[in-house]
Amino acid sequence: MPAISVTNLNLWYGSFQALKNVSLDMQERQITALIGPSGCGKSTFLKCLNRMNDLVGGCRVEGSIRIGETEINQPGGDLSDLRRRVGMVFQKPNPFAMSIYENVAYGPMVHGEKDPHVLNGIVEQSLRKAALFDEVKDRLHKPALGLSGGQAQRLCIARALAVQPEILLMDEPTSALDPIATAKIEELSLQLAKEYSIVIVTHNMQQAMRISDRTAFFLLGELIEANDTETLFSHPACRKTEEYITGRFG
Amino acid sequence: MIRSRLDKELQDLNTEMLAMGAMCEKAIQLADKGLMEGNTFAASQAVTLENEIRQKGKSVEALCLRMLLLQQPMASDLRAVSAALKMITDMARIGEIASDMSEIITSMDGRLGILSINDMAAKTSEMVSDVINAFVHQDTELARRVINADDEVDQLFLKTRSDIIEKIIQSPDDGAYAVDLVMISKYYEKIGDHAVNIAGWVIYSITGEQAA
Repeated sequence: MPAISVTNLNLWYGSFQALKNVSLDMQERQITALIGPSGCGKSTFLKCLNRMNDLVGGCRVEGSIRIGETEINQPGGDLSDLRRRVGMVFQKPNPFAMSIYENVAYGPMVHGEKDPHVLNGIVEQSLRKAALFDEVKDRLHKPALGLSGGQAQRLCIARALAVQPEILLMDEPTSALDPIATAKIEELSLQLAKEYSIVIVTHNMQQAMRISDRTAFFLLGELIEANDTETLFSHPACRKTEEYITGRFG
Repeated sequence: MIRSRLDKELQDLNTEMLAMGAMCEKAIQLADKGLMEGNTFAASQAVTLENEIRQKGKSVEALCLRMLLLQQPMASDLRAVSAALKMITDMARIGEIASDMSEIITSMDGRLGILSINDMAAKTSEMVSDVINAFVHQDTELARRVINADDEVDQLFLKTRSDIIEKIIQSPDDGAYAVDLVMISKYYEKIGDHAVNIAGWVIYSITGEQAA
């Protein structure tokens, strides 16, 4: 069973249709990359997967999005639980103005965890999984805003992992980072894909090639082609994909 | 990737591949001229040409590596560059073979070749010309015709072999000449195989399907 199964997804911002009949399965413990030119709908699609678009006024979504057995695209669902199951990392690292420890412990505390021993364990484990623990273990109670961009982004990943999600959504997670910090996040993504299903939006096609198992190409709100990454970048089935990845437009 | 620069470099690559292919054709023709006309000067030119073919291969290789490094081509562009990198190895080998053949020809004291070897030279030269055209014009049909033409080369090789056996029966004391002819015909047969390899890479470059 796919980790996420999207069928006939349509999305409108007011009268503008931003996603047109998109159907895409994303497999468990794989990295799925979403590529396409600016405004093609890839970030909008990503945000549908944990209903971030609910926050956008005038946004209307039709179609089915199943996460495991759960249909998430219906009114009245438990949004808090959905966002625990489906974590999100944004383009710009956005640590809270709290200590490193509190950033990671925040999610579990919101979900009712109060035992300091349990919280200590979660914080350490999450930071380890995000390959950050060794760098910050001696300053866990210092402000998170003092971290470098790459460290802050890994802290945001640790924060998402702390609530034990099944899926991680990443929206251009390395676009604000230098090449070394980018390489660390990419390596981390490959490690995390052993336990989590990851969907990543990226403008960097080399990045999609390096880390993803499957790649989906979006254009003007439509899913043009989804295939295993090697096939899509070496001999894409659709002319539009070929034209985009060879730099003929976009 | 800067599209306009990549397009220019892909054009340069086509031009260089055409030039290298033309040199291979010429090497085959010079060796054939040496054999069929007893023209040792032509044969010695084929030996010299081998070095030029190798140098051309190195400059194509440098161009391809530069494109891979600086332009990071994708999809059909990536296939064209990687196919060219593979093709130049076979083309350089054709140059070496023509040179080795020509060394034998210059040591044959003006003895001439036989018609079936001449036919092998014509056929393999045509295959090399066709396969480079197939690459430049992205013509899978032509590339497949080159692959099929190898059967004709194999048939010509068998015919050459029986013609040489006939010669041995007629002149059993002329063994060295017969051995030279057998080696030369085998060299042509190998050139046919290299043209087939190149055709496989041309098809990969166009379709993404690798030959089995």
